[in-house]
Amino acid sequence: MFPFRAFAFGILLAAGVMLVMFCLSAEAATAEKNLKEIHAWSGEEISLLRSLSLFSLPALPKDPSNAYADNPRAIELGKKFFFDKRFSANGKVSCGTCHMPEVNFTDKLPLAMGMGQTTRRTMPLTGNAYNAWFFWDGRKDSLWSQAIGPIESSVEHGFTRSMCAHLIADKYKKEYEEIFGKLPRINNKSCPPKASPGTGNPAALKAWNAMKPEDRDNVNRIYANIGKAIAAFVAQILPRPAPFDLYVDALTKNDLEAADKFMNRDAVDGLRLFTGKAKCTSCHMGPLFTNSSFHNIGLATTDKGRAEGIDKVLADEFNCLGIYSDAKPDECLELRFIDTNRAKYVGAFKTPSLRNVADRPPYMHAGQFKTLSEVLVFYQRSASRELEHNELTNTELLKIEAFLKTLTGPLSFPK
Amino acid sequence: MIRKIGVILLGLVFLGSMAWTPVFDPVQAEVRKPTADADYARTKLSKGGIFKASYTSEPDAVPVNRLISWKLKVETPDGRAVKDAEITLSGDMPEHGHGLPTQPRVTKNNNDGTYVVEGIKFSMTGWWTMTFTIKANGKTDSVTFNLQLK
Ligand code: HEC
Ligand code: HEC
Ligand SMILES: [Cu+2]
Repeated sequence: MFPFRAFAFGILLAAGVMLVMFCLSAEAATAEKNLKEIHAWSGEEISLLRSLSLFSLPALPKDPSNAYADNPRAIELGKKFFFDKRFSANGKVSCGTCHMPEVNFTDKLPLAMGMGQTTRRTMPLTGNAYNAWFFWDGRKDSLWSQAIGPIESSVEHGFTRSMCAHLIADKYKKEYEEIFGKLPRINNKSCPPKASPGTGNPAALKAWNAMKPEDRDNVNRIYANIGKAIAAFVAQILPRPAPFDLYVDALTKNDLEAADKFMNRDAVDGLRLFTGKAKCTSCHMGPLFTNSSFHNIGLATTDKGRAEGIDKVLADEFNCLGIYSDAKPDECLELRFIDTNRAKYVGAFKTPSLRNVADRPPYMHAGQFKTLSEVLVFYQRSASRELEHNELTNTELLKIEAFLKTLTGPLSFPK
Repeated sequence: MIRKIGVILLGLVFLGSMAWTPVFDPVQAEVRKPTADADYARTKLSKGGIFKASYTSEPDAVPVNRLISWKLKVETPDGRAVKDAEITLSGDMPEHGHGLPTQPRVTKNNNDGTYVVEGIKFSMTGWWTMTFTIKANGKTDSVTFNLQLK
């Protein structure tokens, strides 16, 4: 009797185990089927995804107008300048006041606050060196001429280029000379501190015009060099892989299980919408998700944007064709072929990078929106002809938002 | 009576001025995107059949968001090089109502019927047109190439 019972029990047990195993494997099979379904991309689609991934970011482009762009000493000195509050009228404002490293080099404000309030939102600095134009309206054509803009702005640093020259002579003489060569003599006579042609202050302009041409040239050169050092530092602020990049990497290796850990179904659906139906990639393209061109996407604004940036960059004494640029004229391609059709660019602003976008509200050139979902509702409704997306449903907006959140990754910059 | 005529005249002038204001109509026949492969050919006869034009791009696969240059070859329909053409060009995204983000131009005549065009940059993916207006031997004609950029 006993052996039979044991035998029967054994059979039952084996059957049970087999049943459980069968169920498990069926579950595994459906799970695998699901993975294949969620992450199904054609070869052509995968190559589009790769074009958006950081793994296809080319090496830092050369800036022919800045001979110090990859000089390690200039990078180090530029970093000091970036955080030095002495480059401001009240001793309280540095670049880092508005571009805080902990918050993606922004300030989280709709409109920036320096010496006063600006009319536009602070821009993040990640991957900036890949741009051709700087500021929302592209009124600068290099990172170095961009960097010296805020210093003389009355609402930002409120400083003057002459005070910069004094500060360099007093506090940075050795480091400066190691990179840029001998400093000219700077004193209150050759360089009255209040003198500047760029602040909009008539007394400063008068003092500037009263200076000897060679003194003005000396001060301008120091000022440009400060910009070149800061630019060398800013160029090193780069994005590191975010879940989206790791997702694309896993896809390329055909490792769907790993892929699934980086992006869930909603985010993947959102990515499909972003590159497909919603046509976001017609402007937010490439590994930095920007074409760095100017578009009017239909925001209500009185700010003329690029339409006014064109003349400013053409007239800028610190542009690529100016005497403080290190480029040969034929290297200034962007400026040589600049589109001067001003009417076309009324209300057009530079397409922002979407790297880390979920992590740095508010949004748009004047901080018009507090959240990503507000941005997406705006896109859903905008009638701008530049946007081609079809009707987007509210569920689709949520999915696009889930995708945008996968673009948040660490930054790297010289510590 | 005179006042009535005046009002009618004014009305007519108003209507006339309306008729002359170019109203943009997005469903114009021209705005329809070409679909046939042939429409995207890199060699084409100009509209009036006066020239044959072809372009090569550097790099060959036309990229987005990068300054590139093209070489335009201009011939007569029977294949003789047109060496002294004056060429102007413009790029357009007919569906979006905007053109190129740059102002490209011919920067060099190679004197063999080919011309270097510098400063071309396509700022978006999608359908673009590139129209070259060619003036040579006392005649002017234009040719439009279509591009579908990814
Ligand atoms: C008062 C806050 C404030 C200060 C201080 C400030 N910025 Fe900015 N930054 C802004 C704002 C606002 C914008 C956009 C302004 C515009 O488009 O008109 C901007 C734009 C930029 C851009 C353009 C980014 C792009 O994508 O085009 C760079 C680069 C930059 N700042 C670097 C600097 C540097 C370097 C300094 C120090 C010399 C500095 N900023 C000081 C607020 C500030
Ligand atoms: C025609 C080009 C274009 C298209 C297409 C486009 N964008 Fe934009 N996007 C812009 C420009 C330009 C801005 C900045 C506008 C401004 O501030 O005036 C912007 C801003 C944004 C911002 C805010 C970023 C910031 O830093 O403030 C987000 C998020 C965004 N776009 C997402 C999208 C999504 C999602 C889509 C697809 C539904 C899309 N965009 C389609 C050009 C475009
Ligand atoms: Cu377009």
